Amino acid sequence: MLVLTCHACGVTAEETEFHAGGEAHLKRFGPGSSETDFEGYLFMRDNPKGVHFERWRHVYGCGKWFHVARDTMTLEVFGSYSAQTYTPPDDLIAQIEDKRPDWTRKAATA
Amino acid sequence: MSEPVTALNNTSDATGIAAVSEIGPVGMITLRGDLNASYLRKAAAQIAGVDVPAPLGCNSSDNRGIAWMSPDELLVMCPYAEAGETVEKLEKAIGSNFATAANVSDGRAVFRVSGPLAREVMAKLSPVDLDPAIFKPGMFRRTRLAQVPAAFWMTDDETFQIFCFRSVAQYVFDVLKVAAQSGSAVGHFPLAEGQSANT
Repeated sequence: MLVLTCHACGVTAEETEFHAGGEAHLKRFGPGSSETDFEGYLFMRDNPKGVHFERWRHVYGCGKWFHVARDTMTLEVFGSYSAQTYTPPDDLIAQIEDKRPDWTRKAATA
Repeated sequence: MSEPVTALNNTSDATGIAAVSEIGPVGMITLRGDLNASYLRKAAAQIAGVDVPAPLGCNSSDNRGIAWMSPDELLVMCPYAEAGETVEKLEKAIGSNFATAANVSDGRAVFRVSGPLAREVMAKLSPVDLDPAIFKPGMFRRTRLAQVPAAFWMTDDETFQIFCFRSVAQYVFDVLKVAAQSGSAVGHFPLAEGQSANT
């Protein structure tokens, strides 16, 4: 069971109070983009074993969206941060790099 | 005006380890906007007769109060009959600012669970740490009760006030009644000194 902290209201609760919103930091490819980019934006998702950045919504609480960094294998939660950002905060990345020396954040792509 | 009717006609059940009753009707106004804005804080505090609570808090007295719902939402509680004029007052205070007030009194049901074992009843249904050292009167929590969204706060050490959507009022009452049925005490939380519980 995951225990998450909502970045918007500060409540720490277990995962049934939240709803997962899938992979975070996707770049949108809309009208005018190439078919490959559009397909990638719509359907292609990472499924890493290890560090993953996700969107979550505090659906039974304050109703706000936020981001979570966690490990998909150990279920360790590294932290949560604001939804109003394109990239994870540097201190969170540094903290993850500390704990997972083998991990590097992949460059933002489609 | 027609006579207001609560969802379950204020039914109650006191046969279990805590008393469960529907109370109401309660006037409830959803106030959304910038919670730091003084026009909003002043108007809400004046109507409810209590200060605007800190995040995750609820200030209440008798039949008035303010609950913190989310970073941009407050719930103002007042006597049911005053809800209409209260919305008008709030709208006047808001003026041309970016905020809204809406009367949601009829869309909700309000319950009370009371008794020395009220904490246990609530802890069976929601994923909230209700240890007396952690969850105290004055704190407010939006969460779920079994399968439906609900919110609650403690008006004193052994009384919970709960509200949920009116459409699930019967479910909430039933599930509270089951959680409070006699013989179902778990004994997880220590009782305060001098308290005795009918288990």
